[in-house]
Amino acid sequence: MNFIPVILWSDALVFLLVAACITTTMYVRKREHLLLPWRRVAQSSMAMVSLSVLSLFLLVGLLDTLHFRVALPQTNGTEQVYSPEVLSVFDKLVEPLRIQTEKTYSAPLAMALYAKESRTTTNGEIERDYPRLRFGGAHLTDHSQYKADVVRRILLGLLSGLLVGVLLALVVNRLFKQQAVFIATITLVTVVSIIVSLATGYHVFGTDKVGQDVLYLSLKSIRTGLIIGTVTTLVTLPLALFLGVAAGYFRGWVDDVIQYIYTVLSSIPSVLLIAAAVLMMQVTIDTHPEWFETSAARADMRLVALCLILGLTSWTGLCRLLRGETLKMREMEYIQAAQSFGVSSMRILTRHIMPNVMHIILIALVMDFSGLVLAEAVLSYVGVGVDPSMISFGTMINGARLEMGREPMVWWALASAFSFMLVLVLAANLFADAVRDAFDPRLNRTGG
Amino acid sequence: MLAYLIRRLLYAIPILIGVNLLTFALFFVVNTPDDMARMQLGVKRVTPEAIEKWKQQRGYDKPLFINSAATSTAQITDTVFWNKSVSMFVFDFGYSDDGRSIRREIATRMTPSLAIALPTFLIGLMVYVSFALLMTLFRATMFDLVGVTLCVVLMSISGLFYIIGGQFLVSKLWHLVPISGYAGGMDGIKFVVLPIVVGVIGGIGSSSRWYRTIFIEEMGKDYVRTARAKGLSELRVLFTHVLKNAMIPILTGVVVVIPLLFMGSLLTESFFGIPGLGSYTIDAINAQDFSVVRAMVFLGSVLYIVGLILTDVSYTVVDPRVRLQ
Repeated sequence: MNFIPVILWSDALVFLLVAACITTTMYVRKREHLLLPWRRVAQSSMAMVSLSVLSLFLLVGLLDTLHFRVALPQTNGTEQVYSPEVLSVFDKLVEPLRIQTEKTYSAPLAMALYAKESRTTTNGEIERDYPRLRFGGAHLTDHSQYKADVVRRILLGLLSGLLVGVLLALVVNRLFKQQAVFIATITLVTVVSIIVSLATGYHVFGTDKVGQDVLYLSLKSIRTGLIIGTVTTLVTLPLALFLGVAAGYFRGWVDDVIQYIYTVLSSIPSVLLIAAAVLMMQVTIDTHPEWFETSAARADMRLVALCLILGLTSWTGLCRLLRGETLKMREMEYIQAAQSFGVSSMRILTRHIMPNVMHIILIALVMDFSGLVLAEAVLSYVGVGVDPSMISFGTMINGARLEMGREPMVWWALASAFSFMLVLVLAANLFADAVRDAFDPRLNRTGG
Repeated sequence: MLAYLIRRLLYAIPILIGVNLLTFALFFVVNTPDDMARMQLGVKRVTPEAIEKWKQQRGYDKPLFINSAATSTAQITDTVFWNKSVSMFVFDFGYSDDGRSIRREIATRMTPSLAIALPTFLIGLMVYVSFALLMTLFRATMFDLVGVTLCVVLMSISGLFYIIGGQFLVSKLWHLVPISGYAGGMDGIKFVVLPIVVGVIGGIGSSSRWYRTIFIEEMGKDYVRTARAKGLSELRVLFTHVLKNAMIPILTGVVVVIPLLFMGSLLTESFFGIPGLGSYTIDAINAQDFSVVRAMVFLGSVLYIVGLILTDVSYTVVDPRVRLQ
């Protein structure tokens, strides 16, 4: 099959982040004093369990970041044309989920549609019944086989999950000798395996209004959430670090100017500032349709712009923190010694001050992540979040919210969006706590 | 004290000018009024006349900074910058797209916002601080562990879930209160109960944990050891010594938000159909009514600055060592 790889803006930024992470790991690996706090993180079973959950999410997100466009069937002699639809490796992996769409709502694991339809029977009479789904449970001829089939699939998933899980856990156990990680790996693999085993025959979490599989939508939302949570830091970090450290170190007019900038920015309630900026960004994007080749590129640009705006509005807190820390630090003896030796300001900043505020930055970044994932849902609800065509937790909730009033209720889209979000944010919060505990020098540690 | 307050108010002026310039740049320089008109009228079939008309109706057809066609002071006053930006300093916000006075709209919508926000704030503060004190009292026990875990789980749940879940459980399943709506006076109680409860529950996780951290930090200080050495009971230590000393960090986070209560909560008000400032803002965002959004941004920053000044004043109340000069 012919295809061309597509690198969207957000993909490029994700690759940049991955590269940065790898470089940092290589750097830290060789330095025992930097490695020490990470060892403490690795000793915490809570941190490692949440890390294994997070890495599952990360894997989905990364696979969903490798984009390409498929070549359309070529008519003789013409130029090769590519489909306007941008797909990802992840889409290809779960292709059945993506293309097996039903007509409209159907409940989780259902065989029939949510609403009754009229149809003509063989004798020419019209009867109203729940029509069978096109794909969900389509392999069954009769409703009586349903229960046995579901149980069989769950058992199959359970068994294969346990098998693979134990094997994987044995491998993981060589790296982290921890009981909790061992159990977490087996549990995770088993849950995934049960869902996979069910998903081959049914819509595990039902389908939404236009018949799209809710499981597919939830999995696709992960990438959006992760990007909002991580790419934003690419903007926050340099602004907060350079301005904060500069304000604290140089004082005087530099400090005044930087303080003025962040006071102005932080005095506007953040939701309003974000709303105003996003509205304006929307005007720019809508009045320049010629900038974007595909609709995915436009939606992606909006996502990147949202990250940019979130970053520009949220660096002030960290900046204030770093300024305070630098103010304290510049009075310390080792800085004064460096100054009296005539070391240049630039060198003092990069060699003596920045390494000593890194723990603050790291703690702030991991703590911010979960907040940003949650903020995405709220902003998308308010109408200043991601592009409506982009699959995200916010757009899922927004679309499903109005269906609560139906009788019987359509609850599955909301429930799965909220549960995926809860798992992601909870894992991130627990991991962030462990990182903070390991890096915060104020905490007393025994035997650390 | 008075001199200090006046100085603080004077400091606020450059900040407000900054906010004003920022919003002006955001709304008029990043995108020209032509772009906004084209966006609102639909990008494709739009005539230059329609754009001109749209701009004229909203007063965007003037030059941005200097009107060279006018004479004397009108050169500066008859411009978009003067009419849309400078006028905000006297709280003259102009008219929204449906032709109503924004100032009057804000004045009438303040009460419903306060009716929700004020009780949520007060009840919430009491609940969070009591819960945090309990966790501190039983620190390093099972209760504390369960409490902290509960906090982390609660703060990992999306705020939208509390609202949707609350509406579903209380209004749809139990039929206790109406799903949404608002009425003034005593009739309004049945409408505001659920938003307040949901608001308080939604904040338990992060706030209680935050207060617990403050209390635990205070517990490690020397005066606590002295108090214990004097033979005071743990309860006395906690309530008379720790609580008083923890007032400063608590006030830092709390007083700032009091003036912002006027702004209401965007989510709660829009879900519960409360005609306050929060839902006004959301409606304006959805209708892309730029003048209302601009007005709310300015109002929000004014209230925030008032909150900062109030915070400083409140320090003098709880800590006699603090003198404002």
